[in-house]
Amino acid sequence: MSLNPNLLLWIALLPLVASVIAGLFGRFIGRQPAALVTILGVGASCVLSLVVFKQVVFDHAPVFNDAVYTWLVSDGIRMSIGFLVDPLTVMMMVVVTFVSLCVHVYTIGYMADDPGYQRFFSYISLFTFAMLMLVMSNNFLQLFFGWEGVGLVSYLLIGFWYTRPTAIFANMKAFLVNRVGDFGFLLGIAAIVYFTGSLQYSDAFAAVDRIAAEHITIFGGHAWSALTVICICLFIGAMGKSAQVPLHVWLPDSMEGPTPISALIHAATMVTAGIFMVARMSPLFEGSDTALSFVLVIGATTALFMGFLGIIQNDIKRVVAYSTLSQLGYMTVALGVSAYSAGVFHLMTHAFFKALLFLAAGSVIIAMHHNQDIRYMGGLRKYMPVTWITSLIGSLALIGTPFFSGFYSKDSIILAAEHSHIWGAGYAQFAVLAGVFVTAFYSFRMYFLVFHGKERFRDKPFPAEQDHAADDSHGHDEHGHEAHKGDHGDHGHAHEPHESPAVVWVPLVLLAIPSILIGGIAVASMLGGSYFDGSIFVNLEKHPAMEHVAEHAAHPGTMGWHAFLTLPFWLALAGVVVAWFLYLKRPELPAAIAARLKPLLWVLERKYGFDWFNENVIARASRGLGALLWNVGDKAIIDGAAVNGSALTVGWLAGIVRRVQTGFLYSYAFWMVIGLALLLGWFLVGRH
Amino acid sequence: MITLQQMLWLSGALFAIAVAGIFINRKNIILLLMCIELLLLSANFNFVAFSRYLGNIDGQVFVFFVLTVAAAEAAIGLAILVVLFRERRSINVADISSLKG
Repeated sequence: MSLNPNLLLWIALLPLVASVIAGLFGRFIGRQPAALVTILGVGASCVLSLVVFKQVVFDHAPVFNDAVYTWLVSDGIRMSIGFLVDPLTVMMMVVVTFVSLCVHVYTIGYMADDPGYQRFFSYISLFTFAMLMLVMSNNFLQLFFGWEGVGLVSYLLIGFWYTRPTAIFANMKAFLVNRVGDFGFLLGIAAIVYFTGSLQYSDAFAAVDRIAAEHITIFGGHAWSALTVICICLFIGAMGKSAQVPLHVWLPDSMEGPTPISALIHAATMVTAGIFMVARMSPLFEGSDTALSFVLVIGATTALFMGFLGIIQNDIKRVVAYSTLSQLGYMTVALGVSAYSAGVFHLMTHAFFKALLFLAAGSVIIAMHHNQDIRYMGGLRKYMPVTWITSLIGSLALIGTPFFSGFYSKDSIILAAEHSHIWGAGYAQFAVLAGVFVTAFYSFRMYFLVFHGKERFRDKPFPAEQDHAADDSHGHDEHGHEAHKGDHGDHGHAHEPHESPAVVWVPLVLLAIPSILIGGIAVASMLGGSYFDGSIFVNLEKHPAMEHVAEHAAHPGTMGWHAFLTLPFWLALAGVVVAWFLYLKRPELPAAIAARLKPLLWVLERKYGFDWFNENVIARASRGLGALLWNVGDKAIIDGAAVNGSALTVGWLAGIVRRVQTGFLYSYAFWMVIGLALLLGWFLVGRH
Repeated sequence: MITLQQMLWLSGALFAIAVAGIFINRKNIILLLMCIELLLLSANFNFVAFSRYLGNIDGQVFVFFVLTVAAAEAAIGLAILVVLFRERRSINVADISSLKG
């Protein structure tokens, strides 16, 4: 049985329709109907995705790879909308629609008092549409469309509370940093079109050997392999979207957006677009070891060094944000060592547990009246049992506790890094192993500070109760303070935090289930079996790492028990114990350690100086160049010389010619007669 | 017998007088109008002269039309002049230079 193209079209279009209804007519249909229509749209899309998933994975429907609409044909290059639906795609479709559905439901509770309710639902449905277009695409143009679409929605949502200067700064930053990445991405696509004359994936993959033989000369006459250049350009796009060093700077700042967005876009789905894209392009990347090493080193750096930053953050969302960066680094490492399926597998498990952690953080933020500082939390497990348990599950999955879903994916990546022989693999192996400890440490630091220990939330007056308008420096995420003035009595005056409403905790539970189970269920077929065989291409002779992973992954039970004997497990345990010791047993120690390690702290607090460098060097140089071009190019040459100059010349010339126009009849007559005489003279004399 | 050449001389003389009148006269716009009429007359005179010389009546018929049109033109010209005089209180050519560039 083959797949029905109309079904696929509906999966992508239903969220778009819902988004249009909620966005354009939200004002007329009201708040709850807008929420309902988008949830129905995404829910239907999710159900249909599951149907397609069943057809592809269980009924073994043939891979669907066809255009459904031809937009235009120009110079033989066909630009079409088409779908490529294979196991990789259906997995992404299910993850995207499922997490999106959970976030939609959660939003009902989280944004309940926000004046931009309908707008918010419209944006997240639009995001779902763009993301589906991205993952389902069978050509580069549609991929780029989806890529830019999710970028646009990300921009809109980071700046959702657009009256806040910090939000506007953050969304501008995200947009600009992504432009840098997208520029590389576009160059990569252009190079593919240049060499193959086609935008279709299949044509590009078929031409790999031919492209590999070509060379491009750039940067001072050095000839580069065309395939390496294409792959690195494409990966630069992935670096922007998936927040890899040095284009990661936008992701922590994106936490200015509402928490559901952080969960959906900046943790679970959009930021993994780069990982997905590289996995999709695996036939290209397999042809270039240089590009793979580049990917590997960038990923390893991100995995380890962004983890360090997670340790010193005090904002609950920023801790999770740095954790996301670090986990994206892990996925990139997997791509670099040719374990694409392990990277994509981690993408999937991470989507569930990281969305869970973010939504749980949001639940905590609601209970804390929009105070996000974990130093003023503690002991919340008594008050918020569901949030507590689900957070614990999320954290355990994140640090790779055996038998949780995160364990299978993360251990596979570490295993792949160990068995890779590619240049930079040693560094990557060190980075991912050290990263395990760091991950466990910051995750449980946050967990202990929030849910255990002394109840510190009474130490500080809540900004929302003290003064509705006063914006405390830590209160990044208060949604619609004006709403608190009104009918918010249920927790407006109660000092005791309490569990969030069902629309908030039900998605947590829904996400907690796959966070525990999906890894064990899926690992045998996805990594150990042949799930990705048609979608991801690995040259096993050159890059054998995946073979070792597959051997282990084929037996999930054994893999889980075996983990107790391996280094990553003990490193993770050490991280948890150290976090417990420092933040529960001896809470006075961290300050003492910080005092000792002042220089290190200085570096970490400045986030390695990336922001400083971008703002003071790149941004200043760009502004300087802009000012120069504006003053010299625009104002002097174009405005001054070209536009005003030509007008002045005409004026000056006309000033001379106008003297002929005396206004006296006799002078006109005189010129007429002179002209007549000349013409006659020429007629009579000149012709002979 | 008056020869063609004599008639053409007369016509040329009329034309020259008219042109000279336009140049020399810088005061009176009525004189200017009259000079223009004289130009037209010299041209008509050529028509008649050639008509007679060639024994073809066409030229003389043409002159009728031209004279009719010239009369109408003169009437309009004078009417404009009257309006102009009311407006400016002057028929001095030197004063009328609104079209100066």
